[in-house]
Parts: sequence; structure tokens; C-alpha cells
Amino acid sequence: MPFLAELTHHFLPEVILAVGVMLLILIGAFRGEKGFSLVDEMAVGIFGLAILAILLSSKQVDAPVFDGAFIDDAFSRVLKVLTLVGAMASILLSVDWLQRNGLEKFEYPVLVMLSTLGMMLLISANNLIALYLGLELMSLALYVMAAFARDDGRASEAGLKYFVLGALSSGMMLYGSSLLYGFSGTVSFAGIAQAVTEQPPVGVIFGLVFLLAGLAFKMSAAPFHMWTPDVYEGAPTPVTTFFASAAKMAAVAITARVVITAFPAITTQWRQIIVFLAIASTLLGSFAAIGQNNIKRLMAYSSIGHMGFALIGLAAGNEAGVRGVVVYLAVYLVMTLGSFAAILAMRIQGKNVEDISDLAGLSRTNGVMAFFLAMLMFSLAGIPPLAGFFAKYYVLLAAVDAGLYPLAVIGVLASAVAAFYYLRVVKVMYFDEPAPGFDRSPLAVRAVLAASTISVLGFWLYPAPVMEAATAAAKSLF
Amino acid sequence: MFGFGILTGLTFLPLVGAAFLLTQKGEDEATLRNIRWATLLTTLVTFALSLYVWACFDTSSAAFQFVEERNWFGSGLTYKLGVDGISMPLVLLTTFIMPFSILASFDSVTKRVREYMIAFLVLETLMVGVFCALDLVLFYLFFEGGLIPMFLIIGIWGGKRRVYASFKFFLYTLAGSLLMLIAILAMYNHAHTTDITVLLKTDFPKEMQTWLWLAFFASFAVKMPMWPVHTWLPDAHVEAPTAGSVILASILLKMGGYGFIRFSLPMFSDASVYFAPLIYAMSVIAIVYTSLVALVQEDIKKLIAYSSVAHMGYVTMGLFTMNPQGVQGAMFQMISHGFVAGALFLCVGVIYDRMHTREIAAYGGLVNRMPVYAFVFMLFTMANVGLPGTTGFIGEFLTLTGAFKANSWVALFATSGVIFSAAYALYLYRRVIFGALEKASLRDIVDLTPREMLIFAPLVALTIYYGVLPGQILTSTQVSVDHLIQSHTALLDAVKLAAAAH
Repeated sequence: MPFLAELTHHFLPEVILAVGVMLLILIGAFRGEKGFSLVDEMAVGIFGLAILAILLSSKQVDAPVFDGAFIDDAFSRVLKVLTLVGAMASILLSVDWLQRNGLEKFEYPVLVMLSTLGMMLLISANNLIALYLGLELMSLALYVMAAFARDDGRASEAGLKYFVLGALSSGMMLYGSSLLYGFSGTVSFAGIAQAVTEQPPVGVIFGLVFLLAGLAFKMSAAPFHMWTPDVYEGAPTPVTTFFASAAKMAAVAITARVVITAFPAITTQWRQIIVFLAIASTLLGSFAAIGQNNIKRLMAYSSIGHMGFALIGLAAGNEAGVRGVVVYLAVYLVMTLGSFAAILAMRIQGKNVEDISDLAGLSRTNGVMAFFLAMLMFSLAGIPPLAGFFAKYYVLLAAVDAGLYPLAVIGVLASAVAAFYYLRVVKVMYFDEPAPGFDRSPLAVRAVLAASTISVLGFWLYPAPVMEAATAAAKSLF
Repeated sequence: MFGFGILTGLTFLPLVGAAFLLTQKGEDEATLRNIRWATLLTTLVTFALSLYVWACFDTSSAAFQFVEERNWFGSGLTYKLGVDGISMPLVLLTTFIMPFSILASFDSVTKRVREYMIAFLVLETLMVGVFCALDLVLFYLFFEGGLIPMFLIIGIWGGKRRVYASFKFFLYTLAGSLLMLIAILAMYNHAHTTDITVLLKTDFPKEMQTWLWLAFFASFAVKMPMWPVHTWLPDAHVEAPTAGSVILASILLKMGGYGFIRFSLPMFSDASVYFAPLIYAMSVIAIVYTSLVALVQEDIKKLIAYSSVAHMGYVTMGLFTMNPQGVQGAMFQMISHGFVAGALFLCVGVIYDRMHTREIAAYGGLVNRMPVYAFVFMLFTMANVGLPGTTGFIGEFLTLTGAFKANSWVALFATSGVIFSAAYALYLYRRVIFGALEKASLRDIVDLTPREMLIFAPLVALTIYYGVLPGQILTSTQVSVDHLIQSHTALLDAVKLAAAAH
């Protein structure tokens, strides 16, 4: 297919984002500080356009792009939509916060878009070089965003910490990639899949371990999670939202794609690694969160636990497993966006607060918000009939199908422990005496909170679109 | 309507009431009155609808009736409802008890009335759904979903240690149920469906049955609750508001028994036989031990809670005898306990509303000021003890007969529980009702109000009516129970034949 046709047929969302970024930089450069709200609104519009472009092309056949460097398949389209939704919601949630904290710089939406572009490249990466390209584009923008509140010591610390550890993980991943290239003689996933047989040389296993270690860092799966609580707490809350939503989608997506498409012959080998990451993450996520008083730190540990759960599905290594992962990611995205919208709404007299105890008695000062957040917490805990239950159901179903009973049992027991701290948030809001109420939050925050809660509550009524998309996505990987 | 059947209507009707309550904003008297009456009306209409279902129900068939099925999640999960002779009485019990618990909360709940009523209506939907569901995952959804409203009811409107009690209730039940979820997934992978009617006919390998049985047991034993995982119940009962205790005792506890009879017994027959001695042992310990514990309680609600554990011991014992008397008796005992324990908690609620204490020591000589109350309390105490002429007797007698046929030692020890229950119940009654009225605080206590009499009248009538004429309940469960036992023995015979052939 000629280059131009490939661009317009299979790479349109990326092209929209790339052109959009350049346009926004120009606008920002010419209009300066005043351009913030225009750039912001345009960014939302461009994300919307990109989502539309994907939805309109959703019936397309799978096709490799640019000599197989990237691939446009159902899996990448579904995950890209999720990522874009996460990015769009993060921008919507950020406007008011940035203005209040004197950070209304046009660079912020530009960075979000650049990072999202990196995520989209990452999701459809089909060889090791494209993988690294996407990963670095995503990460470099994220490092800057973590330290975006540059006068805030904690934010600078978060940015630096994330950068140092991120650079280390990139190094590990490059090392792993070079080993894989050395032993298989190719960088393309399909080529590796052909070269790696059931009895691979030890170098391939080494390369795989390093590669997965680097990816686990981006997913914040234990034991590569150390940066997560500090960065979540230190980074500006809208940035944390972006970290917890969009970035996770891309990282899990590429992990699934690499292990499934490049190493189908050695499933038993990589499954051990994924099982270990899953067990470590679910256990750490549930036990370490118990002692947290800061709700952003709590969400950090909660996200570690949820990544562990998503990996339980991946560990199954079959189509049902990938379907479970996609459903899990979709539900996790919505729950995370809703929870962070609620965290952004925690503002007393113009100042944002982050302690769980600040939520005390919220059911009486703001009943609607308390109800929404409580439902999100029950959903995060995986209580039916909320969406979080079905997410867990499908990953566990795949794990049980693959005979991974110990993994499934550890997973559910960890989720029973995790239920404790989600319940604690509900307890603080409903059982405790009221603390001072929160200020009225901006429309965008309320809208995101309401929309995500309603989706979580109503998922069981109309699950078909998510289930169909997930099934199609899983099928395209095999 | 809209392609849905009557059971969908019955299940989700309370939610319609809850949606109406959402529109009622404000704290003034008129709004509160609207909220209370609207809730009562919703539960009454639901009850009337369940009576209609009951009238159309064919007791001579063991098949599931009013079955409705819809595609839901694709791959395996379907939305499927239906009732048979085992679930129909429990549905009726649920819809019957609800109006009383709502009526009992009219005066005693004054804060956040709207949320309170919504929580109860949502809970009713989930409880009816548990008994109607014919899809395993749908069942699980209703079964677990009930935790959310109950957690809030205990935690928001409960007593002093409500936070502790609500967490304990939630986490205990959740941990048990999650193991059941794994078992459900394993069953799905074996049978490729979660349709209960198909699973009832599925043959699970023996080895697998053991594990599945244990996982289901983990969930139902906690819900039941059986000794030694019963400790959440006294806490939850003591801290919950009156209506919460009533629902907990009358209906939520029955879900454990229903689970055993719907899933464990017919689906895992071999494992049920294998584990029956374990159940017997745990039931007998529950009956004897918790009766003794009840004897030394100083809190009225706690005493009744322990007596509930003992009575549920009869249910589990009866179920696993696997003979008609035992299983029928267990079903009857569940219905009877629904009336009696619910009524006892309502009795406690009456004096708690007046005195705001549940300490036995704070009462004494109530018969002097409250003769009608003394009569009502006496009746339900006697029913709790199992006096002939009340429902309590039928259930205990049948389960004990069944146990005697299965294992006379079990029956011997379990029968001693009847004596213990007489001891603690009469001891409680003497301390609260009889004696001289010495305490100054009790001098002005008033007897039952007309509203309270209205609550108790149907319960009194039914407790005696079904105690004298138990046939109506027994015939409605009979065909289904016979069918259950027949298929059970047929399966076991087949296993024996297969073993002999080898």
C-alpha cells in the first residue's frame, strides 16, 4: 500500500494527534499565556476527533503499517479508544485545577497530547523499535508533567524520581531488546515468534525477563511499583489522573501484545513471570493500602492491585484471558476517572485537600457526591452488580479455565482484603460525623464523576458494546 | 410486559418505589410521612404480587415455573428467573416480612429516613432476586449485592459498635463468597453454562465435587451461620436497627440454607454424602454450644441471635439427612424461624424504642404494665422453644425425626438442644416480663400501640395457624423435595452400581 494511503487508512488518529500537537504549539507560541483555554478546548476537540476516526474505521480488517513496524488491528483500536477517553477526561478535569493553582500554561495540553501520541504508537507497535519509540515518547512527556508544578517541592521530587527510575527501566528494556534481537535475528514480533521455539536459548529468556521488567515498571506492577505512591501523591492531581488512566492502558496493552504475539511458543515460561507479577501486585496493592491516610496514595496502591488483577487474566495466555484484560482495563479506566474526579472535587475554601478524613460525613454535606464515590469504591472492591465485579469475573474465568487455581484463589482473597480499605472510605463518608463541606466543584468534574458512576452502576444492564469490543480485540491477537 | 415475566416484575418492583423516594426531598414532617407510606405501600404491593404468583403456582410440579430467559452477557451468562417449591415459600416469606420491618421503623428511625427506606427497598429486590435467580452468576450477583445495603443499614442506623459490626459482617461474608465465585467459574468451565437447570443435571467428577462443595460450603456456612463462623451474627444483630435485625434473622440467614438445598445437595451429591458427618458435627455443636452461650447473655438481642444460630443448626442437620422428613423439616424450620425470630426481634424493638436499652437487667415485671406485650412475647418465646401448637415444633420435630433415621446419635445430642432452648428462653422471659415492677424507669412504660398490635397480629396468627395446620407449607415444598431426594438417591445408586461393576 502506498505510504499516503497507509497514513490515511490505518494511521489517521495518530496523524490527527500529531498535526494537532503542532497546531497547538503554534497557537500557544503566538498567543502566549492567554492561549491556554483555547488550546485546552482544542485539545479536547482533537481527542474527540481522533476517537471518532477510530470508531468510524472500526470495521476495518487488520493490517500491518509501515513495513510491519506498526499494526492496525481490533485490539489496538479498542485500547486506543480507551486511552483517548482517559486523556480527554484528564484534560477536562485539569482545566479548573490548573487555573486555580496558577499553572494555566498551554504546554500542559500539548504535553498530554504528545504523551497520548506515544501511547497510541506503543499500543500498535509491532516490533521492538516501534515499541521503544512509543514508550519513550510517552514517558518523556510524563516526566515533565509529573514535575509540572515546578514551584512545588513534592512535584519536583515526583518528577525526578519518576525520571531516574524510568530511565533505569528504559535501560533494562533496551538491554532485553538487544538480547532478543541478538538471539532471534529480527526485531519484529512476528519474526521473533518464528525464531523462538519451545526450547529457546537462555539469552532469549534473559531478554524476555528484562523486557518484561521494563514494561512492569510502566504498569507499576510489583515489585517495580516503588515510584507509584510517591509520584501519585507528589504530582499534580490532574497529572495523577492521567498516569492512572491513560498510561496504564498503553502499558498493559503492549505487554499483552508482546507476550502473546512474539512469544506464543514459550507461554509456560513467560506465564511464570506474569503470575509472579500478578500475585505480588495484588497482595501488595491490598495490604499496603490499609495504612494509607492520603487518598491519592490509597489510589496508587489500589491501582497496583488492579494491575495485578489485569495480569491474572493475561497469565491465562489465551483468548478468554485477553478478553478479560480488555474488559478489566475498560472498567478500571472508568472507575479511576470517576474516583479522581471525586478527589479533584475535594476542595475546601479554594484549597484542595487529600486526606481520607476530609471526606468525613460527606453523605450529609453532599449526598450525591458521597453516593457516587461510594458506588465507585464498591465497584473497585468488586462487589456485584457494579462493573468492577464483572471485570474481576472475566479475568478470573480465564485464569480458572487455564487451570491457574492458586492464582485465582490468591487474587480473590487479596480482593477481600482490599475491600477493607475501600469500605473504610465509605465508612468515613457515611458513618462519621460531618467535617466541613466541600466547595461546589466545576461542571466538568461533576460531569465526569456522574458519567463514570452511571456507567459503573448501569454496566450490567447493557454490557454488550464493551463485551463485543473486548471479544473482537482478543480475537485479533491470536 | 416488555417481554419480561412476572418474576422480573416481582423482583424489581421495590426499585420502582425506591426511584419514587428519590424524588422526595426535604426533612419536613409531610415529606417524611410520604416517604414512610410510599415505602410501606411498595412492600405491600410487592407482597400482593407475590401472592398472585403463589396463586398461579402449581404445587404438584417439581419443575421451575414462571421461567423467563434472556440473553445477557453473551457467552454463557443468561438472565434467567424461575421458582419451584423450594424457592417459592422463601420468596413469599421475604415479601411477607418486609412490610412489618418497614412498619416497625416508622417511629424508631428519625434520621435520614429517605436513605433508610431506599436501602430497604433495594435490599428487598436483591433478596427476592436471590430466590428467583436460575443463573448461577445472577444468583451470585443478588447474593453479594445484598451486602451493600445491609452494610449501610448497620453502619448508619446501628448502635454504638456499628462500625465494627458492619465491617465484620461485610468482610466475613465477602471472604466466604469469593471462594464460591471461583467454584462457579470452575463449574462454568466444566459445563460451559451457568444455567442452574442445566447444572442440576450435570455430572461433576467426584474429585471436583469435593472442592466445589467446600467452596460453596465456605460461603453458605458463613451466611447460615454455622459454628464456628457464626461470630459475625451476634455483633451484626446487636448493632443493627430493629428492622435490620428482623431482615437479617428472617431472610438473610435463609440464603445459606437455600444455597445448600439448591446447589450443594443436588449438584454435588457424592460430596454431600461424604461431608454429611462434618455437617452433623458442626450442627450439633452449634445447637448445644450456642444454646449454652445464649444462657449467659445479658443483652436480649444477643441472646436471640445465639438462639438463631442454634435453630439454623437444625436446618443444616435436617438438610444433610437427605430423607424426606429431614429436608421437609429443614424447609419448614426456615419458614418458621423467619416468622418467630423476626417477631422476637420486633418484640425487642418494642421495648428498645421505649427504654433505649437492650440490657436484660434493665427490665423486669413488664407484665404489670404491658399485659398484651407479655402475651405476644410469651407466644413467640414458646414458638422459639418449639412448643407443640406453634410452627417451631413442626420444624424441630421433623428435622429430629429425619436425623434419627439417619444417625441416632446426632438426634440424641440435637434433642438436648430443645431442652437448652427452653432453659434460655424461659429464663429470659422470667427476667424481662415477670417479677415485681421495681425499676423506677419502667413505671410509665406503655403497652403496645395499635400500630404495634397491627404488626404482631398477622405474625401471631400465622405462627399458630401453621403450627396447627402445617400442611399448606409442607405440600408446597413436598414435590420439589421428593424430586430432589429421588434424583439424589438415583445418582448414588448409579455410583454404587458403577463401583460394583468394576
